[in-house]
Amino acid sequence: MTPADVDAKIRTLIEPFNKKGVDIEDATTFAGDLEFDSLTVMDFVAEIEDEFDVIISMNQQAEIENWGQLVAAVHKLQDS
Amino acid sequence: MTETLAPAQNASTPVDLLSKFDPIIQTRETLLAAGVEDPFNLVMDQVLSPTRAVCNGRDTILLGTYNYMGMTFDPDVIAAGKAAMEEFGAGTTGSRVLNGTFRDHRDVETALREFYGMDHAMVFSTGYQANLGIISTLAGKGDYIILDIDSHASIWDGCAMGNAEVVPFKHNDVEALEKRLKRIPEGAGKLVVLEGVYSMMGDVAPLKEMVRVSKENGAMVLVDEAHSMGFIGEHGRGVAEEQGVLDDVDFIIGTFSKSVGTVGGFCVSNHPKFEVMRLVCRPYVFTAALPPAVMASSATSIRKLMHGGNKRAHLWENSRTLHKGLRDLGFKLGTETPQSAIIAVIMPDLERGAMMWEALLKEGLYVNLARPPATPAGMTLLRCSLCAEHTAEQVQTILGMFERAGKAMGII
Repeated sequence: MTPADVDAKIRTLIEPFNKKGVDIEDATTFAGDLEFDSLTVMDFVAEIEDEFDVIISMNQQAEIENWGQLVAAVHKLQDS
Repeated sequence: MTETLAPAQNASTPVDLLSKFDPIIQTRETLLAAGVEDPFNLVMDQVLSPTRAVCNGRDTILLGTYNYMGMTFDPDVIAAGKAAMEEFGAGTTGSRVLNGTFRDHRDVETALREFYGMDHAMVFSTGYQANLGIISTLAGKGDYIILDIDSHASIWDGCAMGNAEVVPFKHNDVEALEKRLKRIPEGAGKLVVLEGVYSMMGDVAPLKEMVRVSKENGAMVLVDEAHSMGFIGEHGRGVAEEQGVLDDVDFIIGTFSKSVGTVGGFCVSNHPKFEVMRLVCRPYVFTAALPPAVMASSATSIRKLMHGGNKRAHLWENSRTLHKGLRDLGFKLGTETPQSAIIAVIMPDLERGAMMWEALLKEGLYVNLARPPATPAGMTLLRCSLCAEHTAEQVQTILGMFERAGKAMGII
């Protein structure tokens, strides 16, 4: 999958979690802009993990603050 | 960038490191301004028995102490502690691996091996330190810890202290656990961390299935039985015993500050190399050993709990009666059925939870007020933990108090 494919796929996954319909760009942050709490993060990460058949450990999650970083990380994980 | 750098360059303006807690200070002040007695500043002026105390000046029934088996006032437990204090002094003033291992530290580890029928037992100064030490030491760099998202703070802190990759899964979800186990890279060490009873809602884990999928996928399994030891299972060994998987669990963590009625934590295991943990586990090495009186009281209590079948039966009766009674009154509970000695009553929000807590205290009943972040899904809970020493009459009295307070507060 190309980064654009990964982006498109995760964009459909995030819809049910993006309750306020925030416009998502690379710099959009999960804690700040999207107001994700820890339970939402867990459910959202679980959706991505199941879709791409990868593990995103909490250690890796700690490095991911915004949308662009997430897409890059998932693209790298599903490639390896 | 220049804006964020400015304060650091001005060395004369100190940053108040406590200002990050301002929202918590604000929440607390708002709560107290409403006239509620401080739920986190209760004083027990006198403790009359495992089930009664004078709290903030009132004679109060205790329904939130984790004193499940009522061992705190057991005459044999007290006598053993007194004798050890007379003979061995008030404290150890040293680490277990230096000058802090006395006769009774060895004896309490022997009592634990007898209680669980296991080869090794290691006693820590608290249950928190047992989780902190064992988890952070077992799982190192490159290893994976797979744990339930609702795990206790001590488990999370054990993960944070080590260098392993941390992978949480949805609470009590066997399939979510299995999927994650299968995705872990070939050859990596895997530690699955579970609890027998989850203390916020009082629900039990499906250990039988979880231990099976963990073993099928080559993981070692650690189960924290803090809230089940002494009560659940035929011999009180916990949920792993009850569900028939104790032999497949690699490490059991427990505490003395609940059913045993003293203080301390432990890990028991059949692993042939387990004793090396005494040398490499920092929260075991770099702290003082518990006082001899605590060790002697604990050993006596553990041996008495081995023969506590009748008390266990009475505690189950209490749990069933309270659960059914509260449901019949119209309270919303954390579990559909009574699964442990903890019954969580779900409150609509923190404000009304605190008012209900205070109304119960004025009735003469102490329960735990639990709130986020300790609770799952942002809930406010009134957590009741029953004791084998609560009489059937006391349970009825408790139900009457809940009914009056619940109606007065408009909760039911």
